[in-house]
Amino acid sequence: METPRIDSGRIAEVSHGLDRSEVERREKVFSVADLSVSYHGKTALEGVQLDVHRNTVTAFIGPSGCGKSTFIRCFNRMNDLIPGAKVEGTVLYHGEDLYSRDVDAVEIRRRIGMVFQKPNPFPKSIYDNVAFGPRVLGMKGSMDERVEQALRHAALWDEVKGRLKDGALGLSGGQQQRLCIARALAVEPDVILMDEPASALDPISTTRIEDLMHDLKREYTIVIVTHNMQQAARVADMTAFFSVIVEEDGSARRGILVEYDSTTKIFTTPSDRRTEDYVTGRFG
Amino acid sequence: MSADVTVARPAVVALPRKRIRWGEQFVHLILFIAAAISVLTTVGIVLSLLLPALEFFREVSPLDFFTGTTWAPLFLDAQFGVLPLVVGTLMISFWSALVAFPLGLGVAIYLSEYAAPRATAFLKPILEILAAIPTVVLGYFALTFVTPFLRDQVGVQVEIFNALSASLVLGIMLIPTIATLSEDAMAAVPRDLRDGGYALGADKLQVSTRIVVPAAISGIIAAFVLGFSRAVGETMIVLIAARQLAEITFEPRETVETITAFIGATGNGDVPTGSIEYKTIFAVGLTLFVMTLVMNLISIRLVRKYREVYE
Amino acid sequence: MTVVDGALASGPPRRVWRNRLFQGAMLLCMLVAFGTLAVLLVDTLVTGWPALSSQLLTGLPSTLPEEAGARPAILATLYLGALVLLFSVPIGVLTAVYLEEYANRERWWNRAIEVNIQNLAAVPAIVYGILGLAFIVRGIGVGRVVLAGGLILTLVVLPTVVVSSREAIRAVPDSIRQGAFALGATKWQVVWRQVLPAAIPGIATGSILALSRAVGETAPLIMVGAITYVAFNPTLFGAYTALPVQIYNWTRQPDVDFQTLAAAGAIVLLVIVLTMNAVAIFLRNRYRKQW
Repeated sequence: METPRIDSGRIAEVSHGLDRSEVERREKVFSVADLSVSYHGKTALEGVQLDVHRNTVTAFIGPSGCGKSTFIRCFNRMNDLIPGAKVEGTVLYHGEDLYSRDVDAVEIRRRIGMVFQKPNPFPKSIYDNVAFGPRVLGMKGSMDERVEQALRHAALWDEVKGRLKDGALGLSGGQQQRLCIARALAVEPDVILMDEPASALDPISTTRIEDLMHDLKREYTIVIVTHNMQQAARVADMTAFFSVIVEEDGSARRGILVEYDSTTKIFTTPSDRRTEDYVTGRFG
Repeated sequence: MSADVTVARPAVVALPRKRIRWGEQFVHLILFIAAAISVLTTVGIVLSLLLPALEFFREVSPLDFFTGTTWAPLFLDAQFGVLPLVVGTLMISFWSALVAFPLGLGVAIYLSEYAAPRATAFLKPILEILAAIPTVVLGYFALTFVTPFLRDQVGVQVEIFNALSASLVLGIMLIPTIATLSEDAMAAVPRDLRDGGYALGADKLQVSTRIVVPAAISGIIAAFVLGFSRAVGETMIVLIAARQLAEITFEPRETVETITAFIGATGNGDVPTGSIEYKTIFAVGLTLFVMTLVMNLISIRLVRKYREVYE
Repeated sequence: MTVVDGALASGPPRRVWRNRLFQGAMLLCMLVAFGTLAVLLVDTLVTGWPALSSQLLTGLPSTLPEEAGARPAILATLYLGALVLLFSVPIGVLTAVYLEEYANRERWWNRAIEVNIQNLAAVPAIVYGILGLAFIVRGIGVGRVVLAGGLILTLVVLPTVVVSSREAIRAVPDSIRQGAFALGATKWQVVWRQVLPAAIPGIATGSILALSRAVGETAPLIMVGAITYVAFNPTLFGAYTALPVQIYNWTRQPDVDFQTLAAAGAIVLLVIVLTMNAVAIFLRNRYRKQW
């Protein structure tokens, strides 16, 4: 093993992420090739290429405005909902073209769930929040069991089991976010996308969410966007570093993928100078 | 660490194929139809005005109509000059604007710059109540209270049916419209502008009149235009308190007739369908419609202008 | 605020006076407006009180003021209100949903629909009456009946319902929609199960306010033939008169007793209208959500 160029003591102990060979042994869930996203003609993100593997946690890091959120929204076709957004390139999901004309975008969102930066529980009861997905998708079986399972998976059951009929908005921020995770889990997804899931939360809630990610990756594939490098170092197996290219005259900015590798490598011996600069705090 | 242990999940089947969701298409159609009803209404209004009006203009020359100074359509020797009606309408609207614009703007300035938030929460609903009073009640008030009041307490020589009472009450009726729109415009002026003024040592009078009002001016003018348009279109107050005979007069203490009062009185009575008198309703109505439409378009444009600046 | 006032209190006298005068003038505007409202309410109440009796509410009209009642008119007003509610709320809300959630703003016909509704909101009520007159007397009409009056009043308030419903829908945070879409819900599922339920208080407030306006409208009803003398209870397809029209006709009678009756009728109408407004304001305050 290469001697780390960067003193890994400066970044929180790079943790128990899988190493690259182990990751690549696992089935590819997403395969992205030459992906670009533009809004009303203005390129936001360009030329992205990477693979996401099963039962791993993949993190997207980078300075603000580099298109990480735009990119993660490509995985569940949420960009379709934005007027003027155009996605070019290929995204393969288990080997099939996600953006092919005859794919039902609404259906795939069941398989590929999403948790947002600011917890957004519905203004309904805790029970109805979790039950919403299964209800609209017409899933059969006992709803009570589904709700309980989902809440257990999201490590929230014990805290709310006595008050399922209470309003979800009465929960604390951290609880609301776990509720949103439970909500996503209730529809039995394959992948969970998390767009800065803990950035609006306090440190203790953040830790709980990170612990949750460790558990969840046994069953699900997780992709997260985070601006917190230490968080990426703590939870992710693979990390992708994005950055921004600014036009000469400062008029346009577009995001690009700079480097994608195992978390350990990114944070100890990154190949690209820009990655090293970002990761050591020299810029961004 | 449990990182390496994975749970077998059921094999992922092929990506779901796009299917036409008939339910969604149906809903979209229903919604579009609902929205189309408003379009149909406009078409209906235009047709119901235009077609009879065109018939009318085949019998009465437009020149006579638009420039004639005698309005006596129901008399044997019928005259169809619409000017008295237009003048009557504009005159009443003008006098009511004299009342409504300053008072409305004053209320808006008070609510926006002076009133404490708690007072505002209490005062605004009262303004809404004023706005909710049915116009027939306002007309009754003008006839039975304001007119005698003007005659006996204030000593103004007014006839029983006169334009002054109607104008005053109409003006009061418009205050909520003008006040709320103006206040919206002033509330949209960013705090920073006011703070800048205060920081320079300006007092409240100066900040309100030289900074806030000018900054909100297009919204305020929009409020005035809309208020005036509503005055032009208002029927009952004039019908009850001022209607008698149509002459061109600029004297508010005498009776006057407006477009709306004429339509209201004629449409109610026993005017045979298809007769020329009947068709006057539509010709006059068309005039009214065009007048208010133009004013409304101007007002919308102005509102868009002030919204753009601050939002 | 306090700082400025403090500075003023010790400022040059002319300046202080100018400001006090200005504030006084603005306050005077408020007083004139609200004072007139108070005078109107009190005067109507005082004038009409003697004629306010169960006979007014339950009796039939008559040429003799002592025997006149307004039951048919009151009933008709209530029926008209029900019709307006029945038609304007669904059509208005669906239109609002279309414009806010479904319509692609880049398409010209959708923009035209929006502008159209804004214009309709400013068309004088009597023009709607002319519309009704043309179609009732000539066209497809059903005649001078309650249903026709209800339809015309619906059209009068429809733009208002659309505008207030749109605001209520717009006030629902987008994060809720995003969350629902991300779970695999279809557009209508998102609207029906999340957006509309959350917008109900706002929609209800707007609808009730629109209703209160419809109930007080007189001019359109005059045009579509709310006949003046109706001495029987109204039915959907029968002749009718409404309370505002009844009041109007009483004001036209020279007999002073009829004027008193008109005031009494006005009290009843005001009670109906102001109650609705109070309910709407209450709803609005109670459900002012903190998202």
